[in-house]
Amino acid sequence: MSPRDLMGAALRGLTANKLRSLLTVLGVSIGVGAVIVLVAVGNGSGKAVQDRLEAMGTNLLTVSTTGGGGGFVRGQAGPANQQYSLTLDDAAALADKNLAPDISSVAPVMTSSGTATNGDTSYTVNQVIGTTPAYLPATNTPVQIGRSFTQADVDTSQRVILLGQTAATELFTRPASAVGQTIKLGAVDFTVLGVLASKDSTGFNDPNATAIVPITTLRATQAGYGALNQIVVQAAGQDRVDTAQAEVTQLLTARHQVPADETSPFRITNSAQILQTSQDTAATFTALLATVAAISLVVGGIGVTNIMLVTVTERTREIGIRKALGARRRTILGQFLIEATLLSLIGGAVGVGAALIVTRFQLAGVHPVLVPSSIGLALGVSAAVGLFFGSMPAHRAAGLRPIDALRHE
Amino acid sequence: MAAESLIEIREVTKTYGQGETAVHALRGVSLRVEAGEYVAVMGSSGSGKSTLMNILGCLDVPSRGEYWLDGSDVARLSEDQQALVRGRKIGFIFQSFNLIPRTTALANVELPLTYAHLRRGERRKRANRALELVGLADRTGHRPNELSGGQQQRVAIARALATGPRILLADEPTGNLDAHSTAEVLGMFDDLHADGRTIIVITHEHDVAARARRLVQVSDGRIVSDEVTR
Ligand SMILES: Nc1ncnc2c1ncn2[C@@H]1O[C@H](COP(=O)(O)OP(=O)(O)OP(=O)(O)O)[C@@H](O)[C@H]1O
Ligand SMILES: [Mg+2]
Repeated sequence: MSPRDLMGAALRGLTANKLRSLLTVLGVSIGVGAVIVLVAVGNGSGKAVQDRLEAMGTNLLTVSTTGGGGGFVRGQAGPANQQYSLTLDDAAALADKNLAPDISSVAPVMTSSGTATNGDTSYTVNQVIGTTPAYLPATNTPVQIGRSFTQADVDTSQRVILLGQTAATELFTRPASAVGQTIKLGAVDFTVLGVLASKDSTGFNDPNATAIVPITTLRATQAGYGALNQIVVQAAGQDRVDTAQAEVTQLLTARHQVPADETSPFRITNSAQILQTSQDTAATFTALLATVAAISLVVGGIGVTNIMLVTVTERTREIGIRKALGARRRTILGQFLIEATLLSLIGGAVGVGAALIVTRFQLAGVHPVLVPSSIGLALGVSAAVGLFFGSMPAHRAAGLRPIDALRHE
Repeated sequence: MAAESLIEIREVTKTYGQGETAVHALRGVSLRVEAGEYVAVMGSSGSGKSTLMNILGCLDVPSRGEYWLDGSDVARLSEDQQALVRGRKIGFIFQSFNLIPRTTALANVELPLTYAHLRRGERRKRANRALELVGLADRTGHRPNELSGGQQQRVAIARALATGPRILLADEPTGNLDAHSTAEVLGMFDDLHADGRTIIVITHEHDVAARARRLVQVSDGRIVSDEVTR
């Protein structure tokens, strides 16, 4: 029998019971589609987390103080509290290339909040950040309109301000018109130098509801001369984040004379570590989803087996007739194997098609990102499932003696 | 060997099951059929006629004994070679027609030609001719459930004839047919016999048996009489 004749016989077999074939195809396509879609969702959520973290700035260490060693009542300004406060001198020491060669830039950070007014419009800025120009590249916060302030502005305590998108929109409606204008922050006039590019939210706070001013200006006009809230440190490279972190710890421990037996009062958040952790979490999540999907694929395969078993049993007489008419074992085997494989492959193709459509939409808040290998894998598995599961009933059918098949009721 | 006989079986027995419950369907049957003979096989129900025919048609294997078909020992043929013999040398006609359901008359007749590796065009041509021969040229596109019993049996005959086999084995071919259809089928057998084919027909009807040239009577797994009637 030529391949074309075999194919014809298989197709006739499948179309003889359309509803049943359709349901079997559906089972396989759900399995295949689920694998592709769920893997894409897992992958997409991993990508989303990664993108957000990268938006925060890579190679970034954020140093803050936990407020002092044990033994002091919280909130009480004891000597230890002051002892461990971060200062501008700390920031300067960390920026010293000789002391910390793996650090590329350092920005001291002080925050406060205040009400900004532009004529009659007023807006409460949650986060007024006082820092140096190095802060912007380190935290991946580019200026979209206008320009940033300079180190000279910091040195001379210029009253200049950069507005976040939300702050600029609230005060000027059109952010572009803000540049060059003067606003009041508290009782002090500030000139708007630029508007920051919009940032995706990484948490509950709106990252665009900010304003950035030179740290010296913030100290002089708003926050006073207390301790720094943070020091933002950028490592010189992705592979140098850990050594940079060690240098920070070492330098600060030495400068603040932290006793060796005390736990470090400095808290250092490492953006690379957070990224790694969340990537691991995303990978676990993807694996979990893929497992669930793989189970449904196997269930689809069992569906194929079941249908082939029923088909073979039901058509045993037909097999007997075919044998009486001269069909050879491999002809019968081929026909049923092709039937099973066709069921699986059509199901696989439908599943891939459906998955390609479904993954264009946002699912559970995630933009799915297709993994091409998952398509190949799902299709391959569905074909293998057809061959493997279909071969059992097909072998049984082909092995029957003609008379036994003919006598079957 | 006895190469001159088309069919020769020697001391063939067939036993179903074992021990206490064993059924001896054939208890040592020897039979020779020459090419071109027209043989009728009669006997009471359960006497072993169908069992004999299944063995002659290579659908079943004897428990004991030899079967020589056209000069070759069937027991030595592989499964595939037996399939080839069934496809090329033997045409079957069953009491229950045994057409493939949901498949047109033409496709049914084409089937043995497909298994004989004929090309598509040739298959079409031969199948159509065979259907014409049995008077069903206008029913080629009908499925078995759209045909009468007599028509179905004629499709089955067309299918048995399509490959041009030398031997025609018919197990109660008219058992499900009325007098008119029976006469038609028997007329076809007469033509085939005149054409030189070997025909073995199992029947319960004396007027069917009367058309054959030789009558073999089977009883309880043995041949009890074998005579040339015409
Ligand atoms: N597959 C089988 N298993 C067990 N016994 C069987 C089997 N096939 C046939 N037999 C037995 O073998 C004997 C002969 O059966 P067979 O079908 O050859 O009879 P038959 O002469 O064709 O009868 P009928 O005229 O009713 O068709 C019967 O007793 C039957 O019960
Ligand atoms: Mg019988």
